Parts: sequence; structure tokens; C-alpha cells
Amino acid sequence: MSEDRHPLFMPLILVGGLIFGFGLGFSQMARPEVVLHFLQFEDFGLLFVMFGAAIVSGIAFAVMPRVRDSAPLTGDRYERRLKPFDRNVLIGGAIFGVGWGLSGICPGAAYASLGVGNVAILWAIGGMFAGAYLQGAWRSRRAAADSAASSAD
Amino acid sequence: MVADPVALQVAAELFPNGISRYAVGGLLVGLGAVVIYVGTGIPAGASTFLESTLSYVSEQSRFQQYVASRDWRVVFTLGIILGALAFAATIQSGVITTALYEPGTTGELYEVGGVTLWTTDVQAWRLLVGGVFVGIGTRIGKGCTSGHGVCGVGSASKTSLVGVLTFLTVAIVTAQTVAALGVSP
Repeated sequence: MSEDRHPLFMPLILVGGLIFGFGLGFSQMARPEVVLHFLQFEDFGLLFVMFGAAIVSGIAFAVMPRVRDSAPLTGDRYERRLKPFDRNVLIGGAIFGVGWGLSGICPGAAYASLGVGNVAILWAIGGMFAGAYLQGAWRSRRAAADSAASSAD
Repeated sequence: MVADPVALQVAAELFPNGISRYAVGGLLVGLGAVVIYVGTGIPAGASTFLESTLSYVSEQSRFQQYVASRDWRVVFTLGIILGALAFAATIQSGVITTALYEPGTTGELYEVGGVTLWTTDVQAWRLLVGGVFVGIGTRIGKGCTSGHGVCGVGSASKTSLVGVLTFLTVAIVTAQTVAALGVSP
């Protein structure tokens, strides 16, 4: 990402976010109760949201690299940017699962929840920032300790 | 043609609110991600916003690595909020009606300036404590329900599939346990 971004970069991100948020509202994922009902096996509708969205995005991920080399607004290559697997995926996933199961809230749905008028969701958003800060502060300190140890060799 | 009553009954039990609102909403969520990907090549996730936004106020090295993307992530999140508000001002308010949308009965509806808004009944402590776990877990686990669940699964990433299975399993156990302890809503 360079400084001289295409003038349509931010407007496009905004439009994408608008559609994304409208969809989260329409699907009622912005309602923690509906997510909790899914996790309690009372309403399996959430599966249609996650897999419906994954199929639509999956088509674009599969087709675009064959149609064009790079994205028009960034020049970035269309490629699979795969996240490496390690223990953290399991540990972090499990911690995320505890939070999701307790509150019925995940990041994207929490922002959308604010949009549908759910002011109580500010508790969850505040909690998410606190959690993200805690792990960031801990990992920053550990990274500093690691580099200090290796430079002492 | 007469529909099979047994199949209808099973569908009514598994999907008491129908499937159309979920399917249409999911397609729109996917479409939002596609618009961003086609234009920019970025597979968008919602949880990195937490760390990238913290880089505005914290000098910690962990957050500073997201400085390059923090501005557009704010715009993306603003878009999500405004998109959901647009939904509230139209369909939730009854200005636009469609047979594809089933309103639901949870939480409380209230009105501000002619717009029907909605707020949850889920207790504040659950939202706060759950939020802290979500904030820690999603960042250590490299993604959330959109980054892993939509974009990761969509690109057939094994890491994301394992991530989704992990948090889905733990979330089901957690939610069932909390419900069994009598905590509601």
C-alpha cells in the first residue's frame, strides 16, 4: 500500500463495508440472541449466512486471478494470501470461541449491531478493544524480550 | 404439488425463522467482501480493525505493524455501521417490506426520529466479558468469523477451516454450558 492510492480506493472500501453491514443487519447476525440460538441448536440459520457468504467470496477468489493479474485500485496481485498454521490458530480460536459462545458477538457483527441501534453492544466493543490491547501489549513485550535475548548472543 | 409434511416439519424445527433472511443476508455479506476484493485484491476481515485502530493511540510494536492499513480499516468499519443503519432505516423500520425478511422477536425495538432501532436483551456482563475473550482470541488466532469464516473458507484455506472448526466447537460448548447454568438471556 503506497501513499499515492487510487482516488476510488476509499470510496470502494466504504461501499463494500455498506453492503457487508447491510447484509449483517438483514441476516440478523447483528443480534447476539440469534447467534446464541444457533449455538444452542435452536435455529441453524447462521450456517446459511457463513457458507452463503463464503461461497460468494469463494467464486471471486477463484475467478479473479484467472481473469486479471492485479487489482485496478491497488495494483496488488490477486492471490491467495494464506495465513500460516501454528498453535496460535488453535489457542486463539478456542479463546475466541469462549467469547463468541458467551456473548453471541463477533467483530463484524458487533459493528453492525451498533448500526441497527444496539447501544448495549458498546460493552462488547469496549471489551474487544481491551482484549486486543491486552494480547498486543503482551506480545509486544515478548517480541522485545526475544530480540534482546538474541542480540545478546 | 403437495410438499412432504415431514420435511416441512423438520425445516420448521431447524429453521424456525425460515432461511431466506439468512441466505439473502449471507449473500450480501459475501458481496461486500467481493466488491473490496475485486477492486483492491484485499480479502477483508473485520477483527484486524481492533489492533490497527489501537495503533493510533499506542506505540506498542504489535499495533504499529498495522499502521499502513489502519485508515482503510476505519472506513470499512464505518461502512459496516452505516450499512446496518441503512438496514435499520429501511427494512427494520418497515419503510421497505419484503417477503424475504423475517423480523424476529428477540430484544427490544425503539424509535428515534422515525427510525426503528433495536437493542439486545443479552446482559451487559456477558457482552463485556465475551468481548474481552473475542478481542484476545481473534487476534491470537489470526482471524474471526469474517476473516477465517468468510474469506478464509472461501479461499479454501486449511488454516481458516481449522480455525473455524475450533471456535465453532468451543462456542457451542460454551453457549450450551451457559444456557444449562440457567443464564438467560
